[in-house]
Amino acid sequence: MVRYILWRIVVMIPTLVLISMFVFTIIELPPGDYFESYVAEMRAIGEKADMQEIEELRARYGFDKPAPIRYLRWATGMLVGDFGYSFEYRMPVNDVVGDRLWLTILVSTVTIALTWLIAFPIGIYSATHQYSWGDYGLTLVGLIGLAIPNFVLALVFMYFANIWFGTSIGNLMDPQYLGQSMSWDKFKSILEHLWIPVIIIGTAGTAGMVRRLRANLLDELQKQYVMTARARGLHPFRVLVKYPLRMSLNFFISDIGSILPTIISGAEITAVVLSLETTGPLLIRALQSQDMYLAGSFLMFLAFLTVIGVLISDIALALFDPRIRLKGGSMK
Amino acid sequence: MTYTPDLLRIENLSVSFPIFGGRINAVKNFSMRIRPGKVTALVGESGSGKSVIGRTIVGIESPIASIGGRILYNDPALGQSVDLLSLPRDGRQIRHIRGNRIGMIFQEPMTSFSPLHTVGNQIEEALRIHDASSAKDQLERIDEMLSLVGFGDPAKVRRMYPFELSGGMRQRAMIAAALICRPALLIADEPTTALDVTIQAQILKLLRDLQDRFHMAMLLITHDLGVVTNLADEVVVAYRGEVMESGTVDDIFRRPIHPYPKGLMAAVPHFDMHPGERLKPLREIEIDSSELLGKRKGLKGLTDQNVILSVRHVSKSFSTKKSGFFGGGQGRTLAVNDVSFDIRRGESLGLVGESGCGKTTLSKILMRGLSADGGSVAFNTEGRSINVLEARGRDLEMLRQKIQMVFQDPISSLSPRMTVRNIVGEGLEIHNRGNRSDRLASVRRLIRTMGLDEGALTRYPHSFSGGQRQRIGIARALALGPELLICDEPVSALDVSVQAQILNLLKDLKKDLGLTYLFISHNLAVVNYMADRVAVMYAGRIVEIGPREVILRDPVHPYTRKLIAAIPVPDLDHPLDFTALGQKKTSGFHGWGKQFDDEAGGQELAHADLGNGHLVLARRNVDARELRS
Repeated sequence: MVRYILWRIVVMIPTLVLISMFVFTIIELPPGDYFESYVAEMRAIGEKADMQEIEELRARYGFDKPAPIRYLRWATGMLVGDFGYSFEYRMPVNDVVGDRLWLTILVSTVTIALTWLIAFPIGIYSATHQYSWGDYGLTLVGLIGLAIPNFVLALVFMYFANIWFGTSIGNLMDPQYLGQSMSWDKFKSILEHLWIPVIIIGTAGTAGMVRRLRANLLDELQKQYVMTARARGLHPFRVLVKYPLRMSLNFFISDIGSILPTIISGAEITAVVLSLETTGPLLIRALQSQDMYLAGSFLMFLAFLTVIGVLISDIALALFDPRIRLKGGSMK
Repeated sequence: MTYTPDLLRIENLSVSFPIFGGRINAVKNFSMRIRPGKVTALVGESGSGKSVIGRTIVGIESPIASIGGRILYNDPALGQSVDLLSLPRDGRQIRHIRGNRIGMIFQEPMTSFSPLHTVGNQIEEALRIHDASSAKDQLERIDEMLSLVGFGDPAKVRRMYPFELSGGMRQRAMIAAALICRPALLIADEPTTALDVTIQAQILKLLRDLQDRFHMAMLLITHDLGVVTNLADEVVVAYRGEVMESGTVDDIFRRPIHPYPKGLMAAVPHFDMHPGERLKPLREIEIDSSELLGKRKGLKGLTDQNVILSVRHVSKSFSTKKSGFFGGGQGRTLAVNDVSFDIRRGESLGLVGESGCGKTTLSKILMRGLSADGGSVAFNTEGRSINVLEARGRDLEMLRQKIQMVFQDPISSLSPRMTVRNIVGEGLEIHNRGNRSDRLASVRRLIRTMGLDEGALTRYPHSFSGGQRQRIGIARALALGPELLICDEPVSALDVSVQAQILNLLKDLKKDLGLTYLFISHNLAVVNYMADRVAVMYAGRIVEIGPREVILRDPVHPYTRKLIAAIPVPDLDHPLDFTALGQKKTSGFHGWGKQFDDEAGGQELAHADLGNGHLVLARRNVDARELRS
């Protein structure tokens, strides 16, 4: 087991190097750089850009050097925690992301917890009461939840919240706390605003998880070992929890791998619509304006979390399922 | 004689299920009894409702079933007689009986255990529910039970996962789990159907010993009449949910009154068949091969003695990773080890062996589905010889048309997304035979030949029964006009009566079309019916090969003898010799007589010729007479 984990960690290194090259190539692909698009933007609105400062920044970040050198600088910088400089915000990437990261993690974690809390009982009910009215009703609700894009739901919510409560539900806190450091009042304000984005972002995930849990559980419920356990006199609910439910959880564990990056990326479009102070809108803006260090570091961070997440779910699967632990790797 | 009341009485039981637009009556007005301490066999084909009855007794039939009648259970340990059907579903009372007073084992040892929990955990479960003794006592009882069912090291087995055990071992563990609370009644639903013959014999012996030891009654649900005669005291024959006949084994097997049990018995291949005697399926299918006959005229002139397929020294090994978490050493297993034999044109060679002996690997090598490590295979057709293992281009294409395969599982071997017309015609399309209408015409001919309706062409496989599907599979194999047909366990997934249909069909086709068969099976009775010569395979090697009568009547190799002795014959005068079967399983080539023993790792064994094409794998330089001893 230890050998396996060590091996997986070693394999992660070349994976990440390859991803970083890929990310760098992608952000380099559009013609020009940040400064060119900045100058163009300035000209468009009839202002002159400070060419001297731009040339200085260009030299400082090696934009006059060939691409491989710039890649090396960027990549080695990340190793020591320097994610580069955001040209748009004129400050280090670390500072730009800083506060938003914590808010994003808060929103995402609450969303995920809520998704699980709702999806599990509904999925189990749907599977054990297949083709009942309850199952049909929940399936319908679930399909609606899956089919409606989150940002549409966000717009609908905003409209009705305005009509019914006369409040704006945008932002994650009342406007007076924006930009302030954390305080008890600010925290309370955040909690008050939190439930709207959580519900909106959570619907699709919940509906999807209900469908998958139901399908997996239905497969398992028909297996012979369920009948064997019942023939032993075990209470039907205990049978359900001990055997088929546990068997159907493999998909759930593999899902954990993809959860880490979603926690950070923070439901971009919905966040834009609701003007949430999360990292999602930041990433989109950075990609639009060719703010390459901000965008690149962001993508790298997501890739890193994905790789780590996959590792965690693989290890968890192996711990959880003896078939993977003991049979894995046997070849024909 | 004192009167003992029945342990279980089923009175006028009826079970029906709602299906789309109606109801299906699985069990109709069914009455039977189970005597305490006796084995009652419930016999019937699939669809006879026998498994439904087993599940209904313990109340674990699907909740959508409507159940009527009474099931009186009169267990001295419970004090009074109860009607199991009147107890609330999944209530405390019925759960107290399940697993505690009535144990149950199922057909599939592979899926009866949860793969995520250890064997010990699952055996312990019934004890935890029904027994109040201390954890230490319970552990002792589990170990005791595990050694009773034949595990040498119970403490180790307890901590193992089900998939680490072989099928037979799993079924032993299953029996231990069902008997851990010492029930008064054991319901065994096809307990040995999924097992090899020799393992089956061991499990039957085990069931009999335990039944005797615990004075337990047993409801044995099976379709195998050979199992019935060897285990049962009383027999109930079911057909479509109704009792056809019931009585003691003696009555049913020696003096059957009802035509159904008689028909069932006539449909099973047995060893006392006269040459040329045909099986009598319960429902005969009409086949008409006259339309296909035309194709074959040119081949009739060939002599029967020329060899169609010649296999020489073929070996194949697989690398296996030993246990350990994604690590551990690599090993190599010889799945096929220096195999040589000939198949003559127009004959049927039976290849017999237990699962894992390499017979399917061998058939895949012959089909070029797997590549061999070494050896040669020559296929003789149209006056020339093709090297099967190295054929390329046009030669390979030719081979693919001349050698076809019929598979074991009629369900997974047909694509559920293709119509019968596409399935049967696919080969014709691949090899560009004729135009569209020619191909359709030959698909129609094939389907008619198989005794199927032309309406079958546009339907999908799921709308056919197992036997019909197997006929579609045979039609597909015949589409390209092959000369050699490899039949890999073609009837082992089918019911007795359907099995007889398919076997007769294959026999007729062989005669009418001049086909040659390599007939792979673990069922010696089936091979006896189908084959002209028989090869017995064990651990990757052919241990004995010879004419059918010689192998089955006068086998020389101890493994062949063991295999034949293990077959349960549906004849009361030939019971299984359980004492001989109880011996420990040998592994590899050790533990046989010294003439057959292999001490130097395979180098010492060679095929000794006993004359008349009868070869036996034995030590070099052994006198032929010595082998007979």
